[in-house]
Amino acid sequence: MKHLKPINRKAGLVETATARPEGAQDKTAKDVVALQQGGPPQQPEPHIPHGCSLVFSPGWEADRNGGTAGLCQPVERDLFDCHMGCFWPAQVPDQLNHAPDWTAKCAAAQKDWRKIDLIFPDEKKK
Amino acid sequence: MSSIGLREFHSFEAAGRRFLYLVPSAAVFALDDCSAAIVDALGHGPKPIEDLTRDLASRFDVADVSDTIAELQRVRALGETSAPPAPMPKILPLRPVPLQTLVVNVTNQCNLACTYCYEYGEDKIVDTENGQQPKFMSEETAREAVEFALRESRENPRAHITFFGGETLMNFPVLKATIAYARRRGAEVGKDVDFSLTTNATLLRPDIIEFLATERVGVTISIDGPEELQNKFRVFHNGKGSYDIAAPKIKALLQRHRSRPVGARVTLTRQTLDVSRIYRHLTDELGFWEVGFAPVTTAPGRDYAISGGGFDHLLDQFRGLAADYLDAALNNRHHGFSNVRETLQEIHHGHAKAYPCGAGLGLMGVSTDGRVALCHRFAGSDDHGFGTVRDGVSWEKQQQFLDSHHVSNKTDCQTCWARPICAGGCYHEAHTRYGSTNRPNLHYCEWIRGWTHTCLEIYGELAERNPAFLGQFDDDVPEKVS
Repeated sequence: MKHLKPINRKAGLVETATARPEGAQDKTAKDVVALQQGGPPQQPEPHIPHGCSLVFSPGWEADRNGGTAGLCQPVERDLFDCHMGCFWPAQVPDQLNHAPDWTAKCAAAQKDWRKIDLIFPDEKKK
Repeated sequence: MSSIGLREFHSFEAAGRRFLYLVPSAAVFALDDCSAAIVDALGHGPKPIEDLTRDLASRFDVADVSDTIAELQRVRALGETSAPPAPMPKILPLRPVPLQTLVVNVTNQCNLACTYCYEYGEDKIVDTENGQQPKFMSEETAREAVEFALRESRENPRAHITFFGGETLMNFPVLKATIAYARRRGAEVGKDVDFSLTTNATLLRPDIIEFLATERVGVTISIDGPEELQNKFRVFHNGKGSYDIAAPKIKALLQRHRSRPVGARVTLTRQTLDVSRIYRHLTDELGFWEVGFAPVTTAPGRDYAISGGGFDHLLDQFRGLAADYLDAALNNRHHGFSNVRETLQEIHHGHAKAYPCGAGLGLMGVSTDGRVALCHRFAGSDDHGFGTVRDGVSWEKQQQFLDSHHVSNKTDCQTCWARPICAGGCYHEAHTRYGSTNRPNLHYCEWIRGWTHTCLEIYGELAERNPAFLGQFDDDVPEKVS
């Protein structure tokens, strides 16, 4: 900064924290833009968001009930829950025809998500 | 067309230069002519950027003006009126905070009967005379307190124990045994344990002085100044003043105890409001290295309470002594007015406080029966307790406390520029004045703002004229207990 001179330690931190990145910066700095006011300028190349934050989908900051109890983390839970309560497409087994018991051991996703197992169609046929 | 306007800050001048103390970040920036002109031009209200640039075009280069506006926006001294600032987030710690200081009340008895005392006087919280608590802490409870301090200091390499009372030296045998025990246990678990105590000095003896010096115990002496001021309130139970007994013992202590600076802690009342005279007596005549002043904590209406015009008078006196401090600091000389040093320390770091002090966060107080409370001033009170040194403290209770005492809950503080440094003031003072720890101390707002402004000016003056002096404030220091 040319016109303001940081005097105490906090001012030094403010200056560092608000420094605008020039040119290409690391991708993490770019990816949290949607969560902040202002922020660094967007890059010209296509921007691929991480998580749901850029489409204002439920699940990232708030769950589908508006609370924080059922956020889309960990990713394993995300896989299980998204196909039911959320429009976000998730690849899950066909529970109507081939794997009706896929979630039988998972009563509460927050606790039991580890019990959701992988499905191997060939092995199931045997 | 969007307009820009001033955001929250406090502007001050020092050494012929303009500075901003930004709120809530607590950052201090120096302004150049162009940025000062922009801040002044927006003083009467927001303006469109184009108008602002045009108004200043005769004095500054247009590119400079727009650069400066961007810089002021970047540090949030300015902002667009169409995008009001986001409310300050209320961030609470998610897991227990390491304990930095444990204040251990080794006794609730005292050989003095100071009229204004918060432990014994009219405003006491816990009835220590007729209550259930033991008068003296047992060696066993003191050991449990040491274990508690070591355990709760968690990942910190250091634990700090402050002995408090009552008069700490009335339980010297336990104090002595506890220090030996804590040193041994500290060595076993690989932590430094550091000690300090507060005393009225009347029970000091050569062997005690020797012990405090060799064990490097930090000592704070409660004393109100020269004889007639000290004897107004600091009296024995028979009403006799304590100066004659205390003064020679203090001199003996100061002569022998060189391993840690010995400080004086003065309680100011309406009748003893003579800061520079007290300071001169305590430093020049008795030889204290540092002197800290605090207005007496009291319910309104007490005879000795400082109120109304008293705080203005107090501020004038503080400013006078602060000018001496600045003079000494510019010449790299030591000056012992610790109120300035402590405020400069806070300004230097730019801590934006969510809580007025570390009570219930990194500091807790233990009563003689081992109950742990918010701080030493609440030790033994069930309403302000978190647990015991034996069974530990409840993180849930601590969280509830932190949630309900966050500065964002104090509506009155939301428009005050001094809130990063004050955060509503002492819980005990609020409890005594207003009957609740979560109320801000509105009776001394003007005084806090006035004093913070003075210290900001001193800070700015030093930053411009003797910046090397500020290097001494780089380290964090443990919180003072009074």
